[in-house]
Amino acid sequence: MTDSPTRWSVAETVERVERGEVTAAAATGAHLTRIEERRSLNAYITVMADQAREQAADIDRKRAAGESLGPLAGVPLAIKDNILVAGVPCTCGSRILRDWIPPYEATVIERLRGAGAVFVGKSNCDEFAMGSTTENSHYGPSRNPHDPERVPGGSSGGSAVAVADFQAVAGLGSDTGGSVRLPAALCGVVGLKPTYGAVSRWGLVAFASSLDQIGVFGRTVADTKAVFDVIRGHDPRDSTSMRTNGARPAPKQLTIGWPEEYYGEGLDAEIRHSLEQTANRLKDSGHKIIPVSLPNSKYTIAVYYVICTAEASSNLARYDGVKYGHRADSPDDLLDMYRHTRAEGFGDEVKRRILLGTYVLSAGYYDAYYGTAQKVRTLIADDFTRAFATVDCLLTPTSPTCAFKLGEKMDDPLAMYLSDIYTTSINLAGLPAVSVPCGTSKGGLPIGAQVIGRPFEEHLILSVAEEIEKHRR
Amino acid sequence: MRSENERTKAMTPQSVTYDPVIGLEVHAQLLTDAKIFCGCKAAYGGAPNAHTCPVCLGLPGALPVLNRRAVEFAMRMILAVGGTVRHEAIFARKNYFYPDLPKGYQISQYDQPLGDGGSVGIIDAGVEHRIGLIRIHLEEDAGKSFHPENAGDDATSLVDMNRCGVPLIEIVSRPDIHSPRQAGLYLTRLKQILEYLEICTGNMEEGALRCDANVSIRPTGTTAFGTRTEVKNMNSIRGVERALAYEIERQTRLVQSGGTVVQETMLWDEKAQSAHPMRSKEESSDYRYFPEPDLLPLRVPAEWIQTVRSSLPELPQTRAKRLATQYGIPAYDAAVLTDQKALADYFEATVKGFADAKKASNWIMTEVLRILKDRALDVRKFPVTPASLAELLGMIDQGTISATMAKEVFETMVASGRAATDIVVGSGLAQISGDDDLAPLIDAVLADNPGQIEKYKGGKTQLFGFFVGETMKRSKGRANPQRVNDEGRDRDLQQQHGPGARPRPSRRNCGRALVGDHSRIPGGVCARFD
Ligand SMILES: [Zn+2]
Repeated sequence: MTDSPTRWSVAETVERVERGEVTAAAATGAHLTRIEERRSLNAYITVMADQAREQAADIDRKRAAGESLGPLAGVPLAIKDNILVAGVPCTCGSRILRDWIPPYEATVIERLRGAGAVFVGKSNCDEFAMGSTTENSHYGPSRNPHDPERVPGGSSGGSAVAVADFQAVAGLGSDTGGSVRLPAALCGVVGLKPTYGAVSRWGLVAFASSLDQIGVFGRTVADTKAVFDVIRGHDPRDSTSMRTNGARPAPKQLTIGWPEEYYGEGLDAEIRHSLEQTANRLKDSGHKIIPVSLPNSKYTIAVYYVICTAEASSNLARYDGVKYGHRADSPDDLLDMYRHTRAEGFGDEVKRRILLGTYVLSAGYYDAYYGTAQKVRTLIADDFTRAFATVDCLLTPTSPTCAFKLGEKMDDPLAMYLSDIYTTSINLAGLPAVSVPCGTSKGGLPIGAQVIGRPFEEHLILSVAEEIEKHRR
Repeated sequence: MRSENERTKAMTPQSVTYDPVIGLEVHAQLLTDAKIFCGCKAAYGGAPNAHTCPVCLGLPGALPVLNRRAVEFAMRMILAVGGTVRHEAIFARKNYFYPDLPKGYQISQYDQPLGDGGSVGIIDAGVEHRIGLIRIHLEEDAGKSFHPENAGDDATSLVDMNRCGVPLIEIVSRPDIHSPRQAGLYLTRLKQILEYLEICTGNMEEGALRCDANVSIRPTGTTAFGTRTEVKNMNSIRGVERALAYEIERQTRLVQSGGTVVQETMLWDEKAQSAHPMRSKEESSDYRYFPEPDLLPLRVPAEWIQTVRSSLPELPQTRAKRLATQYGIPAYDAAVLTDQKALADYFEATVKGFADAKKASNWIMTEVLRILKDRALDVRKFPVTPASLAELLGMIDQGTISATMAKEVFETMVASGRAATDIVVGSGLAQISGDDDLAPLIDAVLADNPGQIEKYKGGKTQLFGFFVGETMKRSKGRANPQRVNDEGRDRDLQQQHGPGARPRPSRRNCGRALVGDHSRIPGGVCARFD
C-alpha cells in the first residue's frame, strides 16, 4: 500500500474511508489532482470535479452521522461518456451531442451511487463507441499510458487509460464487439464484458442494441468483481435484462478450452507465446487444457459488421437536430436540416457504419445481408454451446497485436476492424468474457488473455482471471 | 397489370364499366391508462408534451418496456373478429425520418404480427358480406406536428409528443370492399366492435380511429387487381366514403380516357372535397424493417389467450339476439338498441326498473334517440339516468300521468336533470284519476250537452267518444283517459238500466262547475259547448 489514494484498490479505499483513515473527499481530491496532471493522455471528456466533491462530501457526512456506507464508499470511478449521469453532459464522443445534458441517469449509475461510488469524470471514447482505438472521438484521441504515442484501444479507451494511469480506481465502459476487453488488454488492466442481459442497458446510449453491454475496468480482478457485483442484476426498465438464479459452484479443477481458430494467422508471436505460458501455468495448477474448435469463427467479423451497422443505422436516426444536440444553421427546409445536421454532427466512422447499416437493411438486400448474418450469428453461438459441453471456459488472446501507433490504422478501416477478431464473436453469442493482463511484450507493452465463459458464469471466468493474475505477480 | 390495361384500351375504354376494389388499413388507439412502452398517460389531450418521459421522447439511452394491457386489448379485438393470436409475435422497427417520430423509427410489427385473419360482417342493402382481415398488429403512435399559420417567414413547426407511444392496433382488411358505402359500413362495424370491447373510443375526429384506404379499379367481371393508390387523411366515416368515391371516379375517368393509374399516395382534402398526390419527397418507400432488438419476442401462452377470450364482453350481434329472446322485443328493436353498446346498456338498465321491455324499448327508440340526435349527445352523457326513465315509464303505466304529458315531463327531465316525480309534483301535472276529481268534470260535460245526451240515448252510441274527448279537453289533458272511459260507461249503464244510483246533474250544478272550472278551460271550448 502506498500513501496516495490513487494507488489503492477498491477494498483498500472502502476500508480506509470506513475506518476514517481517509475522507472520501481526500480520496476524490487526490484523483482530481492526478487527472489535472495527466490531461495529456486525454482520458476524460468531462471532469466532474464539483459533482465528485459533492458526492464525496455526502459520504463523509454519512460516515460522521454513523450511517452505513455502501460497498464502494468513496471509490472514484471513470464513467464512459455514453453512460448517462443526470445533469452531466453526455457527448458519446460526438459533436452531435456536444451540449446535451441528460435529465435522467443509467441504472448502473443509480446503483453505483447507492453503493457510495464517486464519479470523477466522463471518459473519452470512440464516437458512439464505434472504433477500436478511441481515435474516432470528436474530442481527440486518448493516449496509452504505457506509451503515449500508442493507442489505448477502444472504444472505451478513456476508462482504460484512467484506470491504468491511476486517474480512477475502476471504471465503466461498454462492450459491443470488444470495446472493454480490447482497451483493457492494450492498457494492461482487467476488463469484464458481462453476459448480454446481466447488466441493465437503461441509460447506455445505444450503438448496437443486441450486442451492447456495460462492462467494468479494474486494475485487479477483485476490483473489477466488486464493481460488477454492484451493477449486475435484473432491471425492469430493460426488457433484455435477465433474472438469474445464481451461478453453479465452480469446480476446483477446470477444463479450459483452447480454440485453435484463435491462434492462427495474424496473431502476434509474442502474444501467442504469452498465452501458451499462461496455459501452462494453469495446467500446473491442476486445470486441464484441451483444444476445441469454433469452426464458424472465420465469419465473425463479417457477421458482426452487418448486424452492428444495421442496428446502429436505426439507433442513430434520432440524432436529427429536431429535439436535442447539434442542429445545422439556417437550413432551407426539413430535409436540408436533417442532411446538414448529420453531415456536420457525425464523424467519418459513424457515417460509414450508418451507410453500411442502411444498405444491409434495404429492400432487396435484407435477406442477403442482415438475414444471412442473423443465421450465421446463430451458428457462431452454436459453436460456443458445443464447446461448452466439454469445457468450463475458453482461453484466447484478447487482441491479435499489442498497442499500435496512433494513426497507424486510421486510413484502413478493414485492418482496424480486425483488431476485434477475437472479441466480437463473444458479443454475437451473448457470452461473458474477461481480459486479464498475462504478460508484457519485449517493448514493454501489455498483453491480455481472454477468458470466455458460459452465460452468467462471470464469477467462474473471474476466478480463472484471478489465477492468471496471481501467476503474474 | 399492363396487359389488363392494354386489353381494356383495345376494347375502347369508354364502353367498359369498372368496379372498385378497396382494402382498408384502420388504426385504433387503445384505451389503456399508460402508453405502450412507458408509464406515461395515454389519455387524449393535456398540455403539449405534458405526458412524456425519456422513453416516449426517444432520448438517448431510453428503452421500451411493453405494456401488457395493450397486448390484452389487441388480443380482445383479434379474438372478437375470429382471428388467431400468435403464440410468438415479434416487434419490428419501421425506420423513417419525421419530426414527430422522435426515435427515427416506429416500433411496430412486421412479419410476425400478434393477430392473423378474422373477418367482420356488414349488411349492405339487406345482404350480409364478410370483409376478411389480413392481420391485426400492435404498434406505437407518433407525436403530432403543428405548423402555425401565423409563423410567417420563421416557418416554425411545433411538435407535441403526448400522443407519441400511445398504443395502436392496425387492422388490415383484405381487398373485400366493393363500394364507398361498404367501406362506411365496415368502419361503422369496426367502431361498434371496438366500443363494445371498450378498447377504443372510436372517435375519428380526435384521431382515435384513423383510416387509410387502398383503392384500385378493374373492368367489371374481371378478377385481376388494377394498380392501386393509397388514400390518406380522412377524418370521418363520411369523409372516407367521399374520398373513396372521389378516387374511384378519378381512376375511372383516367382509365376511360386512355390513361394509366400510377401507384401513389393521395391526400384527401376535406375542405376542397378532393384528393391530391403526396409529394414523392414526403413518401418513404423503404422502411427497412428489422426485429426490434430492445424487446424480446412476445410470448403469448395459450392460457393467456384463454383468459382474454373468456373475459370478452358480449358482442353486438350476440347481444341483439339475446335482447330479442330475453325481453321479447322485436329483432328490429334489438338491432337498433345494440347499435351502440352504451344504448343497449341504457336499455337493459331501464328494464331493471321498469319491466315492460317493449314500452321501454319504444320510449328509448323514439324519445331518447330523438333527443340524442337533435342535440348530438352521447348516450353515456344523457342527462336522464335509466333509473329515472324507468320511474317515468312507471308513472305512465300506473296512470299517474298521461303519455302526452310524459313527453313534456321528459323534456324537462332532459333539460334539468330532475327526477320525474319531482317535476310532476312540483308543477301539479299529476293525472286526474280519482273519482272525486273526475266526477265534477264529467258532470259538467253532461250538463252542458243535454242535446247530445238525448241523441246518445236515442241510439247514437258513437257519441260516447265525444263525451270522453270533451272531458279530456276540460282537464287540459290531465284526466286519465282510461278512467274517463270507465267512469263514463259506468254512468251510461246506470242511465240506461235504472235510475237512482247517481243523481242526474242539474243545470245549476253544471253552470257552477263550468264557472268554477272556467279559469282552467279554454274559452273557445265553452263557446262551442254553448
Ligand atoms: Zn413516456
